[in-house]
Amino acid sequence: MLVPVSWLKDYAPIDNIPIEELDDKLVLSGSKTENVERTAKEVTGVVVGKITETYQHPNADKLIITKVNVGEEVVQIVTGAKNVNVGDYIPVALAGAKLPGGLKIKKGKLRGEVSNGMLCSAEELGFTDSVIPKKSRDGILILEGEHALGMDIKEALDLNDYVIEFEITPNRPDCLSMIGMAREASATFELDINYPSIEVKNASEDINDYINVEVKAPDLCRRFVGRAIKDVKIEQSPMWLQIRLMKAGVRPINNIVDITNYVMLEFGQPLHAYDLDMLTDRKIIVRRAEKNEITTTLDGVERKLNEDVLVIADAKNTIGIAGIMGGEETEVSDNTKNIFLEGASFNKKNVRASSKLLGLRTEASSRFEKGIDPNIAELAVDRACQLIEELGAGQIINGKIDVYEYKLEKWTIEIRPQRINNILGTELSIDEIAKILNRLELSSEKKNDNLIVTIPTFRQDLTKEIDIVEEVARMYGYDVLEPTLPMGSTWGARTNAQTIEDYTKDSLNALGLNEITTYSFVSPKSLDMINVSEESFLRRNVKLINPLGEEYSVMRTTLIPNMLDVLARNYKRNVPEALAFELGNTFIPHEMPVKSLPIEKKMLVLGMYGAEIDFFSMKGIVSELLLKLGINKCIFEPEKTHASFHPGRCANIVYGNHILGTIGEMHPDVLENYGFDNRVYIAELDFNIMLQITRLDRLYNPLPKYPATSRDMAITVKEEIYSKEIEDIILANGGTILEKCTLFDVYRGKQIAKGYKSMAYSLTFRAKDRTLTDQEVNKVFDKILKELSGKINAELR
Amino acid sequence: MKEKLLEILEKAKNEVKSAEVMNQLEDFRIKYLGKKGELTKLLKEMGKLSKEERPVIGKLANEVRSSIEGILEENKKVIKEKEKNARLQSEVIDVTRAGKINKVGHKHPLSLVLDEIKTIFIGMGYKIAEGPEVDTVYHNFDALNSPEDHPSRSLSDTFYITDDILLRCHTSTVQIRTMMNQKPPIKVISPGRCFRSDDIDATHSPMFHQIEGLVIHKDITMRDLKGTLDTFAKRLFGVNTRTKFRPHYFPFTEPSGEVDVSCFKCSGSGCRICKGSGWIEILGCGMVHPSVLEECGIDPEIYSGFAFGMGLDRIAMLKYEIEDIRLFFENDMRFIEQF
Repeated sequence: MLVPVSWLKDYAPIDNIPIEELDDKLVLSGSKTENVERTAKEVTGVVVGKITETYQHPNADKLIITKVNVGEEVVQIVTGAKNVNVGDYIPVALAGAKLPGGLKIKKGKLRGEVSNGMLCSAEELGFTDSVIPKKSRDGILILEGEHALGMDIKEALDLNDYVIEFEITPNRPDCLSMIGMAREASATFELDINYPSIEVKNASEDINDYINVEVKAPDLCRRFVGRAIKDVKIEQSPMWLQIRLMKAGVRPINNIVDITNYVMLEFGQPLHAYDLDMLTDRKIIVRRAEKNEITTTLDGVERKLNEDVLVIADAKNTIGIAGIMGGEETEVSDNTKNIFLEGASFNKKNVRASSKLLGLRTEASSRFEKGIDPNIAELAVDRACQLIEELGAGQIINGKIDVYEYKLEKWTIEIRPQRINNILGTELSIDEIAKILNRLELSSEKKNDNLIVTIPTFRQDLTKEIDIVEEVARMYGYDVLEPTLPMGSTWGARTNAQTIEDYTKDSLNALGLNEITTYSFVSPKSLDMINVSEESFLRRNVKLINPLGEEYSVMRTTLIPNMLDVLARNYKRNVPEALAFELGNTFIPHEMPVKSLPIEKKMLVLGMYGAEIDFFSMKGIVSELLLKLGINKCIFEPEKTHASFHPGRCANIVYGNHILGTIGEMHPDVLENYGFDNRVYIAELDFNIMLQITRLDRLYNPLPKYPATSRDMAITVKEEIYSKEIEDIILANGGTILEKCTLFDVYRGKQIAKGYKSMAYSLTFRAKDRTLTDQEVNKVFDKILKELSGKINAELR
Repeated sequence: MKEKLLEILEKAKNEVKSAEVMNQLEDFRIKYLGKKGELTKLLKEMGKLSKEERPVIGKLANEVRSSIEGILEENKKVIKEKEKNARLQSEVIDVTRAGKINKVGHKHPLSLVLDEIKTIFIGMGYKIAEGPEVDTVYHNFDALNSPEDHPSRSLSDTFYITDDILLRCHTSTVQIRTMMNQKPPIKVISPGRCFRSDDIDATHSPMFHQIEGLVIHKDITMRDLKGTLDTFAKRLFGVNTRTKFRPHYFPFTEPSGEVDVSCFKCSGSGCRICKGSGWIEILGCGMVHPSVLEECGIDPEIYSGFAFGMGLDRIAMLKYEIEDIRLFFENDMRFIEQF
């Protein structure tokens, strides 16, 4: 909402308040300013001039030469503008003048002709294109009326002003008006507001001879006010009116439209003017539209309506959609002679619904859907008539239409001063509270210890005691409340799960993995990308009704595609190595289609690629993480059928009866889908299960007192024998003295038969209570060899 | 015999000088003091001496032996020192060369800031509450006193799964769940992912993160809210941070407010970060609306409380001077590794 301070001053006596203070205090009392801008701030030395002569530039087709009377002299100025004529009053930047963008005007010649200044456009005076009147849009700003020649343009056009842009919150539609903001300003500075005095002086005849109004849907149109005006002269508005509108962000059109806009800005009440002679039988009916009724709005668009849409009709046709937009036929035109001016109060929910249905939002509809006090409709219509009369734009007809069956009366709220003080932490007396409320035109009466507050109808946001608490708070000042800290003896902590989560992230960081964050929604195609079959449970997605696009249309059921996306992006950007993890939710529906909240299953995904990285780098990281989390009994079982992974390089991570997750090298088809030319390793683990089995508590193992003995063995076994099988045999036969068994070499080639491999293990033996003898160790070692030979035909090399 | 002993000593004294490395000293020891060494050999001839001579020569022989041992030890020290110095000299390395890197991973910048904020609030006695990303319209809007026609409910603002289920557009859902499941006193923060139907650009993302706080107890006042957020701002942005509380409107709190902090870059003098104003808008807050308390089964006549909420992404962007929110979700390793 753009508010020119000069306009505000018509009602709020704030002349002596510096703009900075005005800005600061209004912000602190609840009117947030987005921007405070000086009008024509970069303009100096521009004066009013009058064109006395124009002729074609002898050396340039597109230029004309003008003689401009600027009061004390007549200057010659060359211009390229096409919209200037002899007799026009225009802004002239004389030599020495400054214009926006640091432009300085100098005396000079243009194509051989003297040009001692520049004629200015509205844009050069600091107005944006959207508010410049049509007539002045493609050229020089043509001033309406007569002006003192040589007068500083800022004085002539009231441009020594500031415009404040306010952010109006949805609970305060009353502030979408100059008077509303003047109320706030007056309350903030504890001043008395001056409302405009509204009076139509010379009304004649009788409105009932001009128009007949019937409201058939009083539930959707609480009040309908209207007046008629005859002998209308459609012309440009006077300059003061045009400039006020322009400063407030509205483009001047003609006097009638400008006046309705002016009053809308002033009071917040949208008005609509009809060409009275275009209304069939001079009749207006407010009714619900018929099913499939079609009408053309004044933007030239045909619109299909239904019974929920409120329309304005004449005796024959629909002539507008109530509160949203009028019709083409009855629009005020340059030939209009008589008008009917409507100020109505339409149901806000209905306007919102119709506006949504038709996909049509206008200034009027956005105001109606926020709610407008029905009691201002009459004031606004009268105010517009007053302006029409004052500007000589028409003759006002006596009397008015006012259909207003259920009058909105003031209401009261009982408030408890103690309650206010309890919430704010203040010690305000009942009188202080009453005084604060009075600033906001909220009068009150004492009733025992309480106050009965009377709410004016323009404050429809005030319905409960707590609403009054807020009013007191903001007028008292949030800034003057002394800060304190809450009493009480709560203690802060992380839950177990949160601790484990942090511990997991820290461990993975320590292991060299970067943490990533990706969207919870993905493309359904992401599952195709990782080769997931059509029948897979991963395809049972939670789907969004209104996604931003297919790319973000389903909630993820696995984090693998997100991780691959990130790795692929890094790979494409030539990042040589990437190690990453994400801990995030997947969304598993209880039923299809989704009827209840899905299960949010937390998953941990790890992903990596790089020159030094292979399956065992990933496995090492996973094993180390599990060890840190105290998850000791996991085994890695070969998994040959998971379609996302390389069938020979994939394992399930198994804990008891649970599959904790999967680890492996991605399938070449998947890698191709993502544009990789290298190998990529992924592990995905069910973090919900991990949370259940993590053990962060520890018991200490005494340090060994006696030395260890180690023995190495290299055995030849068939290619398909897994290391795990060998290790299981070794460990099962190591008795109490085998401490550790580590694979340190795998060899194929010379001296090893085809289909066989050599596996070299280092075995460490130690006893708790003595130094082991060679004999003891040899006995166990030999037993291990015998078992290996017997069970898997291993041969010692 | 006496002469021979002195001769050996003299010879040893001369010979030890030629030793330059440890091995030579060992040879020297064997030559003189070893089982078959010169001194040992000579002493074997002691038996041939007379009774009178024996103690005298014996004494001398011991003196010679300890002299040679002394010489030996002395030279050992010298040579050891010499060898050590030689080694140190030969082992000079170029310490300006790059170190061997054992890379550690990096936290996501959003986690880093979140951790900082969590630590502050845990220190102030808060617990961390969590809730689902997919939640009901009831938890997200209805229970929060959100008007039926509030624009944020529309399909153009919020992502829906069904008419009743949506992607939460704030973590206030967790506040509702907490109030419904716990009895006061309540003191929690609720961080988490949120979703709004915003097209992706430098400052908008359809997924972002919020941290909200909620305190419900007897006699909680708006002054407590101010004190809490003032303390928080000073802890997060520095002790000299000033805060400005302005009235605002939210359906779920009343009175409601917004908080600006003095720009931590320019301390309020005006810069690019604060767009010249000296202030940065950082969070929304207010006293929990009595209707919300009632809806959650808490008697607003007995209990009061405050709530506040802020955008984690925005705070991280301000703190690290990140100009494009998309960087958080692109996850370029070169970006994450800066934190």
